[in-house]
Amino acid sequence: MNALRSLLKLRRRPRLSAMDGFQKLLTLLLIVLSVFMLLPIVYIFNHAFKPYHELFLYPPTFFVQEPSLQNVNELLAVTARSTVPMIRYLFNSVFVSALAVLLVTGVSALCAFPLSKHRFPGAGFVFAAILLTLMFAPEVVQIPRYLVVSEIGIMNTYFAHLLPLMAMPIGVFLLKQFVDQIPDSLLEAARIDGASEFVVFLRIVVPVCMPAIATVAILAFQNSWGNIETSALFMLDDEMKSFAFFLSTLTNNLANNVAMQGAAAVASLIMFVPNLIVFVILQSKVIATMAHSGIK
Amino acid sequence: MRESRSELGRSVSPPEAASVSVRSPGRFRTLLNEVWSYRLSYLFIAPFMLCFVAFIVVPVLAAVALSFTYFNAIESPRFIGWQNFQYLISQDLLFLKHALPNTFKFAIIVGPGGYIAAFLLAWLISQLPAVTRKWFALAMYTPSLTIGIAMSIVWLPMLTGDRIGYLNSVLLRLGWIDTPQLWVTDPSYLMNAMIGVTLWSSMGVGFLAMLAGILNVNKDYYEAARIDGMKSRLQEIWYITIPSMKPQMLFGAVMAIVTTFKTGAIGVELSGVNPTPAYSGHLIINHIDDFGFIRFEMGYAAAISVFLLLLMYASNKLSWGLFGSKGDE
Repeated sequence: MNALRSLLKLRRRPRLSAMDGFQKLLTLLLIVLSVFMLLPIVYIFNHAFKPYHELFLYPPTFFVQEPSLQNVNELLAVTARSTVPMIRYLFNSVFVSALAVLLVTGVSALCAFPLSKHRFPGAGFVFAAILLTLMFAPEVVQIPRYLVVSEIGIMNTYFAHLLPLMAMPIGVFLLKQFVDQIPDSLLEAARIDGASEFVVFLRIVVPVCMPAIATVAILAFQNSWGNIETSALFMLDDEMKSFAFFLSTLTNNLANNVAMQGAAAVASLIMFVPNLIVFVILQSKVIATMAHSGIK
Repeated sequence: MRESRSELGRSVSPPEAASVSVRSPGRFRTLLNEVWSYRLSYLFIAPFMLCFVAFIVVPVLAAVALSFTYFNAIESPRFIGWQNFQYLISQDLLFLKHALPNTFKFAIIVGPGGYIAAFLLAWLISQLPAVTRKWFALAMYTPSLTIGIAMSIVWLPMLTGDRIGYLNSVLLRLGWIDTPQLWVTDPSYLMNAMIGVTLWSSMGVGFLAMLAGILNVNKDYYEAARIDGMKSRLQEIWYITIPSMKPQMLFGAVMAIVTTFKTGAIGVELSGVNPTPAYSGHLIINHIDDFGFIRFEMGYAAAISVFLLLLMYASNKLSWGLFGSKGDE
């Protein structure tokens, strides 16, 4: 199986078996660069737990000296005064993201399978359309999207959070490229044994494509977890908005304002950490998928 | 795209194609029959296609249609022909003096710059043993997770204009500057700050694809080249690595173009005001928001977005020309 073989190839590929001088130099260089890249990340973690007097110290300190939960309390206090508690925003975000991951992966896989393996009339056209929209950013057509959402009457519902995210061309694209690797003979054998197309999809295509599905799940999660657009445009009531939106209201105007920096840092941490965890867990699958991501 | 078209060609199997070549009504009926026999496939793709049509195809078409109208979201759209586009390219000073040049400057540095940086990093990482490779890839990819929301909180304290800002405090201590600089509110610095921050976070999906592509190049090619007398690693990259991973290079390029053009909020986030000071960070995407959601000139905003879509399409065509595979490979 091609997909499997390339997976194995990724595991063991010592191009130059022992570390030579070049590699040692390179490792050093990359360590310096990584530290630079990760500096701001380390910084959010520290900033979130700095008590007030440390936040505005001069000269500024990078690492927190007396970690405290003062900022967490402040964040909770902000929302205690407002009509919508923070936990509601968090619930919206978790609920929408979980559903979005399930739906996006399901819908994309369902679409990718026939695109790759059934040569139905129009398949080429559909795939070409998906490939074309891969190049467009939906942000560009926000206004007509708003009109569509209000026309079909899903304003201010969870559908308006979910449905726009389900149209994720990159998900179908990655999955289709991965399904291409499955040999037709394998599917044919299952069909001869009497499996229906749906069983073939569920028992063969989905298990073999797990790396690609994991990748699409990550992308879908990132898309919905950090999404502000649907909350800002399609939600009228505050209690329907997401945590990301709530955070953006906190950080708005932060440049000219010193208040709330600590609370915003804690909220950013809450936004960022799930992304990181999901990615670290599924990382190896992503690299395996990306090997087939090429556009031919 | 070429591959998919050839697939469509194959979809009509030879015997059927021969039997229908006589008269067109027969051909139509065969097509219907074929469509019916594949009804299950259509059922499979239906959920995605519904969302795809509703939230991507229709909005794009609607944007094109609206761009030829005057529409203020209250009255119904009124057809005005090419007027929006004429105004855009001849009279809209904000667009011509700020949005367009800013976008070009931003896109040219962040697009190709970020893309080349991503390739070089991916290649450097691929030269390391597998154990360390993974951690470096993670370190480079992590910043792209902060895109959007966490961005401002991460970078503001670094770049704030008073002496508490990290950049200012470091530079002051080194003696390179005498007074704190307003990195994000001074019009002459804002653009550079935007470019720096975006480059920092640009090692995203495209970077991972290129890394995977490099790792997947057949090792034997390098061996063969070495026997044939290839000496330097630069030659290896140019003659073996890049040609064998063209598809991933193209995917990376498409991703780079999309992220470059859709990043627009960054200037507003960093400077904290919309529009940005003296329009120094005003990009086309901000111009769309300005007309669409602040002035409610939806028709004109749609015309700008059509212009942006065309710009994205043109840059994609360019990268297609560079990395697209000719015929079946």
